Amino acid sequence: MQHTPSILTRTFTKIVILLTTILVVSFDVIAQDFPKAPNRIVSDYTQTLQPAQLDALEKKLLAFEDTTSIQIAVVVMNSTGDYDIADYGDRLAQHWGVGNKKYDNGILMLVALGDRAVTIRTGYGIEGAVPDVIAYRIIENEIKPAFRRGDYYSGIDNATDALISYTKGEYTADPKDRSSARNGGGIPLIFIVIGVVVLIAVISKGGDSGGKGGGRVMGGRGTSDLFWWTLLNSLGGGGRGGNSGGGFGGGFGGGGGFGGFGGGGFGGGGASGRW
Amino acid sequence: MKRLLIACIGLLTALSFSSCGYNTMVAQDENVKGKWAQVENAYQRRADLVPNLVNTVKGAAQHEEGTLTAVTEARAKATSVQVDPSNLTDESIANYQQVQDGLSQSIGRLLVSVEAYPDLKANSNFQELQAQLEGTENRISVERRAYNEAVQEYNTTVRRFPNNIMAGIFGFSPKGTFKAAEGSDKAPTVEF
Repeated sequence: MQHTPSILTRTFTKIVILLTTILVVSFDVIAQDFPKAPNRIVSDYTQTLQPAQLDALEKKLLAFEDTTSIQIAVVVMNSTGDYDIADYGDRLAQHWGVGNKKYDNGILMLVALGDRAVTIRTGYGIEGAVPDVIAYRIIENEIKPAFRRGDYYSGIDNATDALISYTKGEYTADPKDRSSARNGGGIPLIFIVIGVVVLIAVISKGGDSGGKGGGRVMGGRGTSDLFWWTLLNSLGGGGRGGNSGGGFGGGFGGGGGFGGFGGGGFGGGGASGRW
Repeated sequence: MKRLLIACIGLLTALSFSSCGYNTMVAQDENVKGKWAQVENAYQRRADLVPNLVNTVKGAAQHEEGTLTAVTEARAKATSVQVDPSNLTDESIANYQQVQDGLSQSIGRLLVSVEAYPDLKANSNFQELQAQLEGTENRISVERRAYNEAVQEYNTTVRRFPNNIMAGIFGFSPKGTFKAAEGSDKAPTVEF
């Protein structure tokens, strides 16, 4: 009799472990094919590029995005497996939504080191500025020679420079878009304003109930009037302080770093090559 | 009086129900038509590239007359088959896919035969043409996938109860999709 519960518990534990494994494995399979969108515009899953090189690329591409709204995402991975690299690139770019949703102006440069394959995928809105032939030439002239030397950074750096030179002037960033992207990271201004108003209301009410003087103050007594207005003012100052804090947080999320991919669409434009 | 009220409510519910389903069907029908136009665009783009390809190969590879005529003929056949966007049935799609696949195969054969001409393969004009052709093939597969997804969504709506009754009255029939090529359903393995 004593053994029964332990056997039961054991079976139960086994079942739980099995179920968890199945769950984890199935999640793993989904995650394996397409990683979730990173919070950087340059992703190196193979640790081939040095941190300084990654930062330099990231900085350059973010600055370009900031002025033109064009997102040039760079991904370095090991292998696309049975997927054709162009097909995988299109799906990944679409999955992440590289580029602006309105203009579909994203570019994805995907390097599969183990396959020795590279592709440049152009969003619908980029196909005019970077036709397939131009993407092909960039791969032939900028990427392949450098990659053959094993100099992956130069290849990527030169290729992104070329892409920038072809797409420059094609789009200009919408100032509205940029400011909204900047606010996106922090608390929207409207909530801060509402918060401040509510705070003032609550505190002034507290003053009302705390001492009857408060009510009379608002009624218009000279001396305490000044006192209450000072208090309100300082509160207002506090509110503004919160506001600028929010602004700072926003700047941190949007202006200083990568604001996320914008949902751009891809239609199969671009070129691929092997080195 | 009470009966009349119930009847009125019943009629209103039925109307709002059906109008809801009807509008969805119209929207999804239009979406499918839009996606179909994109598919045709992508195929047309390829058809436009073919004469250029044929001329480039003709200049360098004299012994490929047969392969070249096969490509030209397949192109003529492919461009002659058009599908009316309001008649995207299984048969018409299958028919369209068949002639387009015929063109794909003849282009494929041409590209294989070109392997025997190193000069042509090294020709930058030909290489760029090949890159363009590859881009076009990618566009075709992307647009076909998007079309199939749109049709799947539409077909689900049209076949589901109670929409299927409305669909029957207004003539929203299920639409055909492109069939995947043999062996393209293998599970891919991706490494990061």
